[in-house]
Amino acid sequence: MSLLKVEKFRLWGLVPIVAGIFGLCILPFFARAYLIEVVMMYFIYIILAQSYRLIVTIHDWQLYHIVLYGVGAYTSGMLAKDLGIPVFAAIPLGGAMAAVVGVAITLPLLRTKGWGFYIATYGLAELIRLSWLKFRNPFGGSTGIINIPWPPVIGGIDFSEGIPYYYFSLAVMLVVMYMLYRIENSQIGDSFKAISMDPELAASTGIDIPRHRLMACAIGGFFAGIAGGLLVHRLGAVDPKLFNIVTMMYLLIWVVVGGTNTFWGPVIGVSVMHTLFELSRPLIEIRPAFFGLTMILVLIFLPGGIGSLISKAVDRFRRADILSAGKAEGEGA
Amino acid sequence: MNSQLLIQTTANAIAASGMYALIAVGLTLAFGVMQMANLAHGHFFMVSAYTVYALYALGGWPFWWAVAAAVVVGGVLGLIVERAIFRPLQGDVVSGFIATMGLMFVFEVLVGEIWGWGLSRPIPSPYMRAISFMGASVAFQRVLLIPFAVVSIGGLMFFMRYFRLGRALRAVAQDPEAAALQGININKMTALALSIAGAYAGLAGGLMSTIYAVTPSLGGHLILPALIVVVVGGMGSIGGATLAAVIFGFVITFVTTLVDGVTAVMVSVTVMAIVLVIKPQGLMGRVVA
Repeated sequence: MSLLKVEKFRLWGLVPIVAGIFGLCILPFFARAYLIEVVMMYFIYIILAQSYRLIVTIHDWQLYHIVLYGVGAYTSGMLAKDLGIPVFAAIPLGGAMAAVVGVAITLPLLRTKGWGFYIATYGLAELIRLSWLKFRNPFGGSTGIINIPWPPVIGGIDFSEGIPYYYFSLAVMLVVMYMLYRIENSQIGDSFKAISMDPELAASTGIDIPRHRLMACAIGGFFAGIAGGLLVHRLGAVDPKLFNIVTMMYLLIWVVVGGTNTFWGPVIGVSVMHTLFELSRPLIEIRPAFFGLTMILVLIFLPGGIGSLISKAVDRFRRADILSAGKAEGEGA
Repeated sequence: MNSQLLIQTTANAIAASGMYALIAVGLTLAFGVMQMANLAHGHFFMVSAYTVYALYALGGWPFWWAVAAAVVVGGVLGLIVERAIFRPLQGDVVSGFIATMGLMFVFEVLVGEIWGWGLSRPIPSPYMRAISFMGASVAFQRVLLIPFAVVSIGGLMFFMRYFRLGRALRAVAQDPEAAALQGININKMTALALSIAGAYAGLAGGLMSTIYAVTPSLGGHLILPALIVVVVGGMGSIGGATLAAVIFGFVITFVTTLVDGVTAVMVSVTVMAIVLVIKPQGLMGRVVA
């Protein structure tokens, strides 16, 4: 009886997800063009934050994730512009390139522990970003690359228009999230969590730690690159400023405020913090201080982020539900 | 590169080494004692430079009084950061460095709102003279930092080795629990480490304020080289940080003079990666099991 209750509860959990997807699907029918563009950015940022969370589950808080996003954007943009590769093929290729770069950065640093690792990832990320700035040919220097080809017309649908691209990026986001969800709940995901909890114990049970760390940054990097590809073919341009440490900071804010313990944490983080970001445009000068302060306060007073609050509430609700079910059973007997 | 430029660049490199050493020694000390990385450390330097600007250039204080005030400001900032951020997050390295990253933003905005954005604040040097040496002229203001760096870093090493308090600091760095069992107050030690770190960054910021273009983003530009110095030197090692500061002082100054600043950062990051591949714990870092 009580087991059945739990199953039913899990089904109820799907309701907000289905409602959310449905809401996003019908949004273009009554939203203005500007709002559609804004919401599209949420999709890209959610892919970015979710892919970062996968790496965080193994406890590698590297600081190059934004640069991998940039690698995806640059690769995809340059492949489409200079080599004439179709946009929809260039985006996954950008993802693949980001995965390769992620592995190449992590590989020499595997033996560096703790803080040194984080700082070294920041340094190598700057190396890549500054090379975009320095080598005007082929990366375009500080002005970056412009006139990147728009997505083509397929089956009468023009993907360079706002609304078709909106649905395209929504679909990509849902597929990426489904894949990340499956990865997290697979054996690989369990190994990641085991490593972050107790690396020595994990190693003693036969988990190959370096291999899993490289795997995490390859998978996370791939999806970050996909996010970059989505961005670049909507903006039609790319420059190194988009991928500096300030953007990395905002990624950390989304992930930290949302919480990394739960799968939905980063989604909540992006939704809340990016909304505040958009609303605080008039206060553009002091905005970074507000976000910095928010992050400090969340880290000190709510280490699990908003996600932990919600999962705690759900837990309490679920427990009450099971308890009452048990009581009803007892009374019936 | 002619000999005149060579001498001038060498002198600049020595001064830069001194500055990086002053910044990195504090960073590495704080890391050694409390295992916490302070990403806002470069911002201590920036706020101290603004202190000299406010007191000396605007307020008309004597230069040395303003520098002394900058040292105090740096130390107090260190104390505040220890109390407000590091102590509540005790032992959580990741949260510590992310929180201080947020602090970078807070400092930058505060300073920008008070003293203005973008514009660099020129601070007239109290010593306009230049030293002539074999046909090259070197600004006296730059040379000024060198004796300060040597004395204060030498003093810190002496303090860490021979003073009760210094030995207590090292004990906490080695094993906080064992140190606490010996009756060492860990909270006091971390506060001491952070205020020394802040004061050293303040000294560097005060002395170099007349040379650098003082802008709110100065801290952000300095923190990456400083962090590289700490990582390459071996986290927690004062001697290592000093050695690495000299290496990178020369690398950065020479590459900046010969090519440009962007390339200098790229070269120093590459050097860091090579060192870490060969010695993952840094040049003089202890191997932690």
